[in-house]
Amino acid sequence: MELLHAASAGTMESSDALVTVSPAENGISLSITSPVIHQYGEQIKKVVLERLEALEVKNAEITVVDKGALDCTLKARVEGAVFRACDAADAGIPWGGAVK
Amino acid sequence: MINAVGRDIPEEVMAATGRDIFRGTYVNDNKEYTKAAPTVRAVCDPKRSKMVASIREAIEKCGLKDGSTVSFHHHFREGDYIVNMVMTEIHEMGLKDITVCASSLGKAHDAIVPFIEDGTITSIYSSGVRGKIGEAISNGKLKNIAVMYSHGGRVRAIEEGRIHIDAAFIGAPTADEYGNLRANGGKSNCGVLSYAYADAQYADKVVAITDTLVPFPNIPASISMVNVDYVCVVDEIGNPNKIATGAAKPTTDLRKLLMAQYCTDFVVAAPYYKDGFVYQTGVGGASIASTIYLAEKMRKDNIHMSLGLGGIATPMVRLMEEGLIGKLVDTQDFDLGAVESIQAHPDRHIEITGSEYANPMNKGAYVNKLDYVILAALEVDTHFNCNVITDSTGLITGAQGGHPDTAAGAKCTIVISPLVQGRSPAVCTDVTTVTTPGETVDVVITDYGIAVNPARPDLMEAAKNCGAPLYTIEELRDIAYSIVGEPRKIKFGEKVVGIVEARDGTIIDVVRQMQEYVFDD
Repeated sequence: MELLHAASAGTMESSDALVTVSPAENGISLSITSPVIHQYGEQIKKVVLERLEALEVKNAEITVVDKGALDCTLKARVEGAVFRACDAADAGIPWGGAVK
Repeated sequence: MINAVGRDIPEEVMAATGRDIFRGTYVNDNKEYTKAAPTVRAVCDPKRSKMVASIREAIEKCGLKDGSTVSFHHHFREGDYIVNMVMTEIHEMGLKDITVCASSLGKAHDAIVPFIEDGTITSIYSSGVRGKIGEAISNGKLKNIAVMYSHGGRVRAIEEGRIHIDAAFIGAPTADEYGNLRANGGKSNCGVLSYAYADAQYADKVVAITDTLVPFPNIPASISMVNVDYVCVVDEIGNPNKIATGAAKPTTDLRKLLMAQYCTDFVVAAPYYKDGFVYQTGVGGASIASTIYLAEKMRKDNIHMSLGLGGIATPMVRLMEEGLIGKLVDTQDFDLGAVESIQAHPDRHIEITGSEYANPMNKGAYVNKLDYVILAALEVDTHFNCNVITDSTGLITGAQGGHPDTAAGAKCTIVISPLVQGRSPAVCTDVTTVTTPGETVDVVITDYGIAVNPARPDLMEAAKNCGAPLYTIEELRDIAYSIVGEPRKIKFGEKVVGIVEARDGTIIDVVRQMQEYVFDD
């Protein structure tokens, strides 16, 4: 998917994450902050990158302000931010496809 | 060297701190030793005044110099002004290499961080640290290795002469001009002065700081004039709203209520639940909810608690007033209800010293008489070791308090924690920092179920019958990991910034400098 503009999803509440994506030129650049980064930093990174790949996002700048979210929450927030950034949040969500 | 909880304590840390490794909770039983003694300056001339005009004058009269040790109590909790006032004065006098020996330090003391950075303060002994002092220590800014001791361990260290206090600065809600100190009757009441008692007895010089000077005699005194050198009056010793807050509202968090129910059901099923039992609990939501559930059972079963111990909050006071608890034996007041109660019920609500509460090396402390203690923990591991001081980033952000003391003393030590908090698993393979050894922890209670330490087969019957789901500790860990994933170990730097002292003064664990996380690639 091609990002059209910056968008975000999520909150700064405990057990959530605020994910912000914006269009970029050269691949994926990812920044993560988290209170559990030592324990789960690699896992958070893996989940985010897998989601971007599944949604076929090739170029994006993505910031994850994690507040201890579980993987399922992280996935949902990444998807939400990407679909909003592609103006696909109202009609274009591939339920049962890339989004399960 | 590997200690009794399996932690590898670097020999250079043992050498730098002059401490042995932890070899077990009860190895010092029957040990004989000679207590330390202060150097006392007599007051035999009745015309001599103890009043000083300022904290500066008190510091000068105490003869403090570079390298001196000063001490403080934490009964004013997050409302304390004493530490900052005294340390600011010491800083302005240009003294260096000061050791701060506090019963605890918190966010109220963020203002002393610049004095750590500029070498005014180079050693800290405290139950724990929070806020910016914790960050400063965790980031390696304190020159010497910080020592974190339990409330009982602190008294032991002072009485053994392990720590020698040159001057104790004791914030007192009321004082008379001859140094009789009380915790009540003033503007900033804290209920008790339990943790200051050892300081008053063992420091060479004792300075009372009050904002309410009352006529002689200010008795019955928590700290007697016989131990006080100087009395100093200041405008405010603390912020009353932060010293004694209103009672916490009972929790409505369903997870906490469920844990409280499991906890109470286990307590009632265990063999120590009989008329006259002795109990201690904390002030967390689940602990308070357990107290309320337990009271319902006690009313129904006509069973009474002979003694409620430790830090006291309103729910325990209400049970005493109802007659369900015979005596409250108090070392710290967590809210206004407790402060009011100790004044209203001098026959039933009793102040005790830190030594009476928890010192492992006196001739027997109250903690040894506990049937149950209900404790919280940040982490508990499959060896039942608990961590109450470092968080998921490795930051020092908590205090031992009486955790290891009560765990060691109680017949049944119950640790209660939600199985996962945010993404952090409370039950894990190995805790980040050991503060309380697993040999003293009997039961772990979570919102998913409970686990009994295999070293306590005698409690299995109660655990099976109490109605809560029963797991092994490994099973609880596996449930936690199935939700949040298996955590990696926190990556620390090399430098040891703090030691966790076991109750007997040995090293149970070390805390290393925090490190920024770097991704694998």
